[in-house]
Amino acid sequence: MNWDLIWSSFGPIITGAVTGTIPLTLASFALGLVLALVVALLRLSSNWLLSGIGRFYVSVIRGTPLLVQLFVIFFGLPSIGIRLDPWPSAIIAFSLNVGGYAAEIIRAAILSVPKGQWEAGHTIGMSHPQTLVRIILPQAARVSVPPLSNTFISLVKDTSLASLILVTELFRNAQQIAAFSQEFMALYLQAALVYWVICLVLSTAQSAVERRLDRYVAH
Amino acid sequence: MSPTDAPQQREPRVTSVLKARNLAKAFGSNVVLRDIDIDIRRGQVVALIGPSGSGKTTVLRSLNGLEIPDAGTVTFGGTGRGPGSGPSSETSDDLSIDFGAKVGKRDIAALRDRSAMVFQHYNLFPHMTVLKNIIEGPVQVQKRPKAEAIAEAERLLERVGLADKRDAYPFELSGGQQQRVGIVRALALQPQLLLFDEPTSALDPELVGDVLGVIKELAEEGWTMVIVTHELAFAQHVADEVIFMDGGVVVERGPAAEVLRAPRQERTKLFVKRLQHDV
Repeated sequence: MNWDLIWSSFGPIITGAVTGTIPLTLASFALGLVLALVVALLRLSSNWLLSGIGRFYVSVIRGTPLLVQLFVIFFGLPSIGIRLDPWPSAIIAFSLNVGGYAAEIIRAAILSVPKGQWEAGHTIGMSHPQTLVRIILPQAARVSVPPLSNTFISLVKDTSLASLILVTELFRNAQQIAAFSQEFMALYLQAALVYWVICLVLSTAQSAVERRLDRYVAH
Repeated sequence: MSPTDAPQQREPRVTSVLKARNLAKAFGSNVVLRDIDIDIRRGQVVALIGPSGSGKTTVLRSLNGLEIPDAGTVTFGGTGRGPGSGPSSETSDDLSIDFGAKVGKRDIAALRDRSAMVFQHYNLFPHMTVLKNIIEGPVQVQKRPKAEAIAEAERLLERVGLADKRDAYPFELSGGQQQRVGIVRALALQPQLLLFDEPTSALDPELVGDVLGVIKELAEEGWTMVIVTHELAFAQHVADEVIFMDGGVVVERGPAAEVLRAPRQERTKLFVKRLQHDV
């Protein structure tokens, strides 16, 4: 065991997390949530065509592997003339993926808000979109935080797939050091450890958000 | 509660705040409403009574656009706000909606601008404090200045004895308190017409009195109201007119004392007798 090498490898691995994994996760999750809200509203639409589009989207995203989606975008699209760099490819693939999974979470959360809340919004004169934004979504947010946190934490780990399309992030840096040093066990465990720490921090953040959103419900 | 901006000096030509004609609704072959006519004069309190499934709640909800009848018309007279508001001799601002034709968003919005609803299960917004529940409509929908809306809300809360609950969340209140906030939320919109959908049915018996007390005060103050209720004693006490519905039609209507004490129709007699026995 080359302890010096192992110890000094934390530098590039953490740098990979800070400049790759974390921004990739944040950007993809933010875009993915916006997409998810749109898809959830499509699915809830009374128009069969719109709800059909939403349903189809969710079905494709959930029914195909994330790795395949990533490869289609990065290696597949160039053959029809669309050439994207690794970063945009990764962000697009992960956002689309989050969009599919989170759409179902948001849809269920919206449906969990009692119908009387829509009526109360309407009866004080609010339009449908106004009621959605001011009355329904804040209540849906509370319900959807635990499952969305799951999606978020999965995403942190899924971004390691971006190493396969040459995005410089946590796992790719670990892989490269492992390849020339032959310290596979040590380097991959180090990578695992850093992912785990990131997820621990996120779990703590989740509890804080839940506590804040729970302030208006009986305990 | 708020000054009437409708001119009072001239004799009004139309006396109805609300005139509903031939309201009809069916879900498939199940007829919920058939040929319902209702006239409500300024300051009048109308109680809608009847067994469950009689259509009384559907009528009430139709007046607020929460249910859209298949046919019939609703006409609101005048444009004033608050108690005593209603038709003036200028009828140019009357709102008329024909449910048989296509009913637009604008019509429904106008309907909701004139009537406000108090729900059986309060339906307060759980994520907002009492104060925010009340000012949400005035500020977000009616675009009134926030400071003014807050002052008005505080005054109304004071009136129903809940001034100290201003910053509480709904879950911290009892049912009776929540319903009083529900009533204040409706009052703050300064509608022409207040609609109550079984306002005390979800309350523990010992809390009913507080809520009925508030409604009675509003009646004395001149608010025009329609109340769906099972509280016959209260209806007799507060209502000017009682409408008894059964099977989607109006079976009997008239002054409260007549309909409740000396009903003419067999079905009304049965219903009144049964409810009085239950009490």
